Amino acid sequence: MILSVDELRFLYRNRVVLNEIAFSINEGEVVAILGPNGVGKTTLLKCLNRILTPRGGAVLLDGNDLLRLDMIEIARKVGYVPQRVETGRLTAFDAVLLGRKPYIGWDISEKDLRIVDAVFRRLSMDNLRLSFLDEMSGGELQKIAIARALVQEPKVLLLDEPTSNLDLKNQVSILSIITRIVREHHIAAVMTMHDLNQALRFADRFIFLKGGKIFSHGGHDVVNPGVIEEVYGLPVVIGSLAGIRCVVPAEQACELMND
Amino acid sequence: MHFADGEVPADYLGYVRRKVFWILGGILLIFVLLVCSISVGAVTIPINEVIQTLLGQNVSDKWDAIIWNIRLPQALSAIVAGTGLAVAGIAMQSILRNPLGSPFTLGISNAGAFGAAVSVIVLGTGTMQSRVADAVTINNPYITTIMAFCFCLLATGVILFISRIRGASPEVMVLAGVALSSLFTAGTMFLQYFSNDAQLAAVVFWTFGDVSRANWPELALMAVVVAAASLFFIGNRWNYNAIDAGDETAKGLGVNVEKVRLVGMVVAALVSAVIVAFLGVIGFVGLVCPHMVRRIIGDDQRYLIPGSCVMGGILLLASDTVARLIVAPYVLPVAVLTAFMGAPVFLFLLIRGYKR
Repeated sequence: MILSVDELRFLYRNRVVLNEIAFSINEGEVVAILGPNGVGKTTLLKCLNRILTPRGGAVLLDGNDLLRLDMIEIARKVGYVPQRVETGRLTAFDAVLLGRKPYIGWDISEKDLRIVDAVFRRLSMDNLRLSFLDEMSGGELQKIAIARALVQEPKVLLLDEPTSNLDLKNQVSILSIITRIVREHHIAAVMTMHDLNQALRFADRFIFLKGGKIFSHGGHDVVNPGVIEEVYGLPVVIGSLAGIRCVVPAEQACELMND
Repeated sequence: MHFADGEVPADYLGYVRRKVFWILGGILLIFVLLVCSISVGAVTIPINEVIQTLLGQNVSDKWDAIIWNIRLPQALSAIVAGTGLAVAGIAMQSILRNPLGSPFTLGISNAGAFGAAVSVIVLGTGTMQSRVADAVTINNPYITTIMAFCFCLLATGVILFISRIRGASPEVMVLAGVALSSLFTAGTMFLQYFSNDAQLAAVVFWTFGDVSRANWPELALMAVVVAAASLFFIGNRWNYNAIDAGDETAKGLGVNVEKVRLVGMVVAALVSAVIVAFLGVIGFVGLVCPHMVRRIIGDDQRYLIPGSCVMGGILLLASDTVARLIVAPYVLPVAVLTAFMGAPVFLFLLIRGYKR
């Protein structure tokens, strides 16, 4: 167990955003946090590396209390990939090198350069090394952000809607990279997602949030029409297409929306 | 997680080396400009005799007097002030995540000018003195410095306070800066309206930023503050790179974003305040030098900060040299020239775009 969350509570200006959140994650697992807009998915993700400080409960990271670790120690264990990637007149190599920040003293070492180079090779983006961020596509930028988190040599990757701005091919490419890295390096990934089909395809476990609490969590079996209708307020059918499970809004869903 | 199979990429090292060469070239240019700047003026001193005098040989007593008492401190003041304003500008642009950030656009210079006006008019620290090279002397620069500095910090504090409530969005910061600028300008005008002729002249002359004002002890104080601030910002270069990548990314990389912002703002305000207090208001350098350097060597703060320092020194020293020649035998205050010199170069770089 690399990350365990118990009775986590978060308030925003005295409004309860998250309450009674409890789950745990093992190495080698990809976990999807699902739920409607504004339910607190991103907030939960940010509580897991203290970008936001929880108001109650405990988060244990690799056996250590998250609230007692300093930010540098957390950054050496948890890599965070935000939803929006800032650009600038910066080469991809420099942007990824920034991920070594938690290890940099006065200056970078040769080891830092080697690790960045290795990650570029691993993600098959050698050709992008000296490209400038402000000339890159959305998919390339997302890969840079993931590479930046990977050079932190994390035990847990947190990703905020990693595929939200990408075309279908890039979505599959990014999610394949994440799942492959998680399995190969025996780390864990937690990502917030909107696309239930991509979640079904790439995640091992699912956490559905509703009203600031965990409505349901578990393996593939929790992704069922009953849970989805309760969480999203929309009837769905789950079928199988060429052996792949997929979720589509039910016939009456569209009629419901028209009323 | 372990990545051991990487190599140190040669193409990247080559790319980095080119940036270092640009900066070293800039430093070399400063030395060349320094000699030229000392050589020209009301009396032209031959270049070789400038070099001999600087190396400690006594070519003539007259040259010694001119160089050591007037031209060298003036040229060094230009380099120090240019460096300080540019480094404050680059820090503000990163801290505020706003390309318009500079001590001038955020009202900090005007706040310093107001503080100096309060000091000169209300506290009576300024008088007129009739000297050809320098019409005005602030007879108690330390109280003036302290007053200017206090008001710079006040302006900084207000901007930080507003960003705390409204979020540090570029619009909020710039508008707050414009508001503060106007407020302090109005305050200065109010004081000027009720001042006597000598005080009014002192304040007006004071606001024309001029690098010939500083003597050796003041220059030494500025140099210490500017050097300390530059080292501070260079030491924080990775923090600023992280903030440039976005607040969330920075926090995820273990950076205490609020603290880096707060301390950086205070240091930038300090260095601006000291320069403004000793030399008056010199605009444009802090805003434009970082952008000039960005267009040559990119946004990586590791090279951008030292590059901006060098560019600041070059721009202000070149401006001051031209200011001495353009309407000779009269000497223009350098503040008038910085925009004349900087704006065309900046517009050219803006039109040309980034260097590849």
